[in-house]
Amino acid sequence: MSYTPHTDADRAAMLEVIGVPSIDELFCSLPIDARLKQPLSLPSGMDEATLGRHMRELARANTSTDEAISFLGAGVYDHHVPAVVDALASRGEFATAYTPYQPELSQGMLQAIYEFQSLICILTGMDLANASMYDGATAMAEAALMCVDMTGRRRVVVSRTVHPHYRQVLRTYLKAADACYVEIGCGDGRSDLAELHNAIAMETAAVLVQSPNFLGVIEDLHGISGICRDRGVQSVIAVDPHSLALLEPPGAYGFDVVVGEAQSFGCPMGFGGPLLGFFACRQNLIRRFPGRIVGRTHDSEGRRGFTMTLRTREQDIRRERATSNICTNEALLALAATIHLAALGPEGLKGVAHLCLQKAHYAAGLLGAIPGIGIPIQHPFFKEFVIRIDTRFAVPDISRALRDRGIIGGFWLGEAYPEYHDCLLVCVTENRSRADIENFAASLADIMAGGL
Amino acid sequence: MKEEPLIFEKSVPGRTGATIPTCDVPEQPIRDLLPGVQLREALPLPELSELDVVRHYTRLSHRNYAIDLGFYPLGSCTMKYNPKAHEAIARLPGLTRLHPMQDVAQVQGALALIYAVEGALAEIAGLEAATIQPAAGAHGELLSMMMIRAHYQSHGMERTVVLIPDSAHGTNPASAARCGFTVRSLPTDSRGLTDMQALKAGLSEQTAALMLTNPNTLGLFESEVLEICRLVHEAGGLVYCDGANMNAIVGKARPGDMGFDVMHFNLHKTFSTPHGGGGPGCGAIAVGKTLAPYLPMPRVTRLSTGSYDWIRVGDHSVGRIHTFYGAFLVAVRAYAYLRTLGFEGLREVAETAVLNANYVRARLASHYHIPYPERCMHEVVLSTSKQRSKNGVKALDISKRLMDYGFHPPTNYFPLIVPEAMMIEPTETESKETLDAFCDAMIAIAEEAETDPELVKNAPHSTVVGRLDETAAVKQLDVRWRNVGDTVPTDS
Repeated sequence: MSYTPHTDADRAAMLEVIGVPSIDELFCSLPIDARLKQPLSLPSGMDEATLGRHMRELARANTSTDEAISFLGAGVYDHHVPAVVDALASRGEFATAYTPYQPELSQGMLQAIYEFQSLICILTGMDLANASMYDGATAMAEAALMCVDMTGRRRVVVSRTVHPHYRQVLRTYLKAADACYVEIGCGDGRSDLAELHNAIAMETAAVLVQSPNFLGVIEDLHGISGICRDRGVQSVIAVDPHSLALLEPPGAYGFDVVVGEAQSFGCPMGFGGPLLGFFACRQNLIRRFPGRIVGRTHDSEGRRGFTMTLRTREQDIRRERATSNICTNEALLALAATIHLAALGPEGLKGVAHLCLQKAHYAAGLLGAIPGIGIPIQHPFFKEFVIRIDTRFAVPDISRALRDRGIIGGFWLGEAYPEYHDCLLVCVTENRSRADIENFAASLADIMAGGL
Repeated sequence: MKEEPLIFEKSVPGRTGATIPTCDVPEQPIRDLLPGVQLREALPLPELSELDVVRHYTRLSHRNYAIDLGFYPLGSCTMKYNPKAHEAIARLPGLTRLHPMQDVAQVQGALALIYAVEGALAEIAGLEAATIQPAAGAHGELLSMMMIRAHYQSHGMERTVVLIPDSAHGTNPASAARCGFTVRSLPTDSRGLTDMQALKAGLSEQTAALMLTNPNTLGLFESEVLEICRLVHEAGGLVYCDGANMNAIVGKARPGDMGFDVMHFNLHKTFSTPHGGGGPGCGAIAVGKTLAPYLPMPRVTRLSTGSYDWIRVGDHSVGRIHTFYGAFLVAVRAYAYLRTLGFEGLREVAETAVLNANYVRARLASHYHIPYPERCMHEVVLSTSKQRSKNGVKALDISKRLMDYGFHPPTNYFPLIVPEAMMIEPTETESKETLDAFCDAMIAIAEEAETDPELVKNAPHSTVVGRLDETAAVKQLDVRWRNVGDTVPTDS
């Protein structure tokens, strides 16, 4: 089955029009030595019903978060997605369209992207936002490269509280661009501002932070943006967009670029992808920023229309002098996020953020009260926090014991942060019930009391 | 069709489309939970009922063209049918409601799937290994260039020049430049192929790589590809294959067998995952022995026990290029497609794609100028230069007029080396009837260009908006909604 519609008669008629005796003739420009010598070693084709069974079997070999109570966050989040999101975003008119190069036939997607850009601007408090990036990590890397290109300085200062994957992606991108990566510490779970101040040198293009940071802590944004302003460097921040329903947006603190991951608006966790990066910045970066942007204009009859604009920054026009090489982005996910936000509205989004905040703090209270469990970081947090486990136990063993009880206890910090080798990063979204949280606390208490 | 207001224009204060659960844990005042943290005051998001939202986006969908509605012959974009079964599969909770940081014991199905997709891609490429981590074709190109750079660095060699034919996609030079390479353009010869003399002259001890699209963007197979790869290797360079046009040769020939060292696939083209109006994609890459040590981490491996695990660290790896492991749910759809087709089905894809493109070429040859004499592969590039010089009708005009006939236009003005280019890629999933209707429309428009050129120049006449003022879009830049009374910052 290859979804090809031709009958034998079609093929014969077509070959006649072309004027060749066989399809093979059409491949004569392939040198013999370049042609396939033997069949590819691939499994045979399958009918739809068999495929369905096979795929369900593969899916069953996984434990989904419907089958376990998950307290995992760490960059991808289990928030409720209203049914209306997929019902609309999965429509073939959107899902099976290409990039809207022909605006007359793409007004639906273009208008939705314009709405997405607007919503990201509102949430972040910034002047403009692009049509999306691959994910939060590449959005941050693109922001760093933009600052390097713009300032001609080749050094970037990054807080260790930024998501470890974001920092890894950043290092990969910066290395390829021959730019220097400098990390500042996080002694008490927050970026060390004295260290930040000292790390900024003549050659520093930008400072990159995250808030709430990877350890869940809300950073001192006033302090960070103030240092950046005083030292004349660009400030870039990654944010959890859900937190912005409650917290003052980065734009109000004067950040130059705001990036982040918006998977939790309308998109499944999907084992970590596809994700939805967003990129917002100040008006003065309008000619420098990466990626596509949609603008409003009109046709000759004065009808409102939307089109991709500021295209001369992009690779298909400027080639090696483009501001970025990005082409395909995450349009369908941006549409899903837009629908999600439209459905929730301000009260809905605030309601969800409020639930996350309350439930995470309730969980932190219960877990922190268990003998042998501590809360090592005392700063304000949103929906994620760190618990420290008595060193009599190895964290991976605790995690395994929790898994046996149907609980995914959080993210072990040992690999990314050796100083927190005895810690778990716990995430509580609105999807976790009081019973789930109490079950987690009771199970952990039981394990700590010798049930391992 | 009536204009659809912006979502913001439909907002009514106090309305909501969501049901939020009541808080089932003891609540504390926010001020107590977030001491010293600045809280937000205004959150001016739109306020709508669920039905408002449904109608708004359904109406927007009616203002969008898509494969599900009709023929979409966008050259180099491979707009083939996206099977519905694969959409349903990509929504199985055992795949969607999976967290990437779960313990390997809980995600064996997902790891098995990634391992199988990567294995199949390596086999189709004729190369050693593959990774699905890049999120798009350009991301795969970027990763490949990073790996090539890392390869030379680890061997203490400084090679700084990347050769790219002038027919290449714009992402090629942009991706190479992002990795600090100097880009040199190679001319295309009168056959529409890489100019061999220019290639030979361009190769030196500075050559890091050649980036070659094969079949190239003129829809022609680089018939001297074996010699091209040999020459580049002889000069000490590596050869990268832009696999955007893989639909022409999948199951018929393998880039690895031709001598390529690395290639990218667009799963959202060749393997039929929906393009989504501009993503999500997956720009998986496959590599040969030389570059395999530089693959990004993590990788999935199969243990002797038959279970799967992550390899997290590689001594020579360029690092990570995407959070977690890339666009897993896109790979799920590609996997479903590969399992549906098998080898026989894949070969039929290439054969039918090439048949369809040549059929369109044959039917249009006497009506439009075809700049290169060879038969084409999966796409045909024609030029509307005849129409332009005689009646002032441009490729853009003909493209817009096609909309009135119910078709999405082909790619136009690309490749850049063909004046008034129209690049038509029908794909294998289109029937003879559809191709005939499209060709009839193209021929009718060629006639209109003679008899009523203004009709063509002012097209489209039937779309929800006419041609948009692109200059105004830049000059009076408006890229976001603003509430009445919001201050608008200036550029300075």
